[in-house]
Amino acid sequence: MGTGTPLGRVRGLGSAKEGAHHWWHQRLTAAANILLMLWLMISVARMPGYDYGAVRLWLQSAWVAVPMILLIVSVFYHFRLGLQVVIEDYQHDETRVVWMIVLNLFTVATAGIALFAILKVAFTGAPA
Amino acid sequence: MASRNPARPLSPHLQIYKWGPHMLVSILHRATGSGMATVGTGLLVWWLAAIAGGAESYATFIEFFTTDTGALNILGYVIGIGLTLSLFQHMMTGIRHLVLDTGAGYELKRNKMGALATMVASVTLTLVFWLYLGIK
Repeated sequence: MGTGTPLGRVRGLGSAKEGAHHWWHQRLTAAANILLMLWLMISVARMPGYDYGAVRLWLQSAWVAVPMILLIVSVFYHFRLGLQVVIEDYQHDETRVVWMIVLNLFTVATAGIALFAILKVAFTGAPA
Repeated sequence: MASRNPARPLSPHLQIYKWGPHMLVSILHRATGSGMATVGTGLLVWWLAAIAGGAESYATFIEFFTTDTGALNILGYVIGIGLTLSLFQHMMTGIRHLVLDTGAGYELKRNKMGALATMVASVTLTLVFWLYLGIK
């Protein structure tokens, strides 16, 4: 970052020396989420049925499992960044740290379950 | 925080300003985002895990939101429409944010129109989605 001059080193970094990545990653994932969520809504709306067989057949296709995995990564990272801002705005004392840890655990745990579920359905193939 | 002098003036806050559409969509963006991040995430993960768990676990999920005839029950409608409306509202105000990030759309009239447009668009998209499901 910068050319080594004092101004070059501090430019865009602020007093915390970081933070721009949070803003930028939120925008990047926002753009990805528009495409991924539009795909999900259209794909779900166009499913032939919502009984177990139809839903499982839908999810085990690579054309669904792969975008679904990308959606989980992008959307969950996006809400992790967003809820961080909410916590920072409303929690002013030490509880902020606790909530931030809870947020990280929540994000990683839910993402882990979701990704495992998608992969399990995709890799175990046709039911019967 | 603890050392704040109570005699010092506070900056004006919500009770001072006259409410406008821009303030409404701003807090709606946060509310819908927080709602989807908690309720929506729980539901999406439960749905995916239920599919992976087999026919029985999927039936438990479906039973929660439907009547005996297979139609959505009240909870199914409230959560279903609530989440789709939240998604489209957050998506539209999100697009508005991306536009504002470029420095465009801050003129008073255009800003107000943009804010109102996000709500019109989100309600329209929600209606289209559910009507499509209904006539399918």
